[in-house]
Amino acid sequence: MSTWSRNNRLPALATLALTLMAAAIALIFFYAPLDEDGLNQKIFYFHVPIAFTAYACFGWGGWKALRHLWKGDEDADLESYVAIHLGVIFGVLTLVTGSIWARYRWGHWWVWSEDQLVLFLVLFLFYCAYFMLRYSLPPGPQRANLSAVYALFGVALIPVSILAIRLSQRFIHPIAFDEGGPNMAGSQFFTFCVAVLAMFAVAATLYHLELAGKRLDIRLRELREALQ
Amino acid sequence: MTTEEKYVAAVYLVVFIVLLAYVFIIALKLQRLERELAELAELALRKKEEPEQKAVAVG
Repeated sequence: MSTWSRNNRLPALATLALTLMAAAIALIFFYAPLDEDGLNQKIFYFHVPIAFTAYACFGWGGWKALRHLWKGDEDADLESYVAIHLGVIFGVLTLVTGSIWARYRWGHWWVWSEDQLVLFLVLFLFYCAYFMLRYSLPPGPQRANLSAVYALFGVALIPVSILAIRLSQRFIHPIAFDEGGPNMAGSQFFTFCVAVLAMFAVAATLYHLELAGKRLDIRLRELREALQ
Repeated sequence: MTTEEKYVAAVYLVVFIVLLAYVFIIALKLQRLERELAELAELALRKKEEPEQKAVAVG
């Protein structure tokens, strides 16, 4: 990677995220038409992209964990940790925004008998436990390897969680996509795509920001050890 | 404001508050790193001065 792109990646990503987020909000409130769900449908443009971002972060964390185990890349362990940390934050947002939507649409904050809700909660709690495992071990190769194996196991839960929305029987969790393509008008689909890109850009910015902070922290610790 | 509008506003507010809190935590961390860097720079300067002082004393 060139020095220019390394030095300017974070400001460029932040600018992209800000631009896309502003565009997404403008499209959501001034362009996308309302459907039978009414104004409440505007929640969909944030809730679903946030859920996709959480899955993407967990998937990216799993990929980095695989790279750590496969290639012995030490930096990949840190990258996997940061991706899972962000995935958990987006997971919290998925649960909260989904609960607010469900409260209005279904009249309940949470329904324990619903597979898609419970499975997403299981996936979220699984990744919360990742931090308990990680911090119960001293820093070193053992911690990195065990964390990587755990992160890889979690990736198997992602398709189960997505499929559960389709298998849902009792309440009807809206399905944005089926075999025939997107279940929405062209303008709604365009708005949705911009919202997904905006959320991915926000996640990428936060990922590189946290990663830069963690790398700086490690280098400072090494410097302190060298000086003392 | 209708109940529906309140729910929509709540969702967008929660998202922005959580993201802002995240950026705030990162900013606090960067502040701590800046402090540590200043301490290390001071330590490095002291280490650099120490051998020079010793050299003067011997000479």
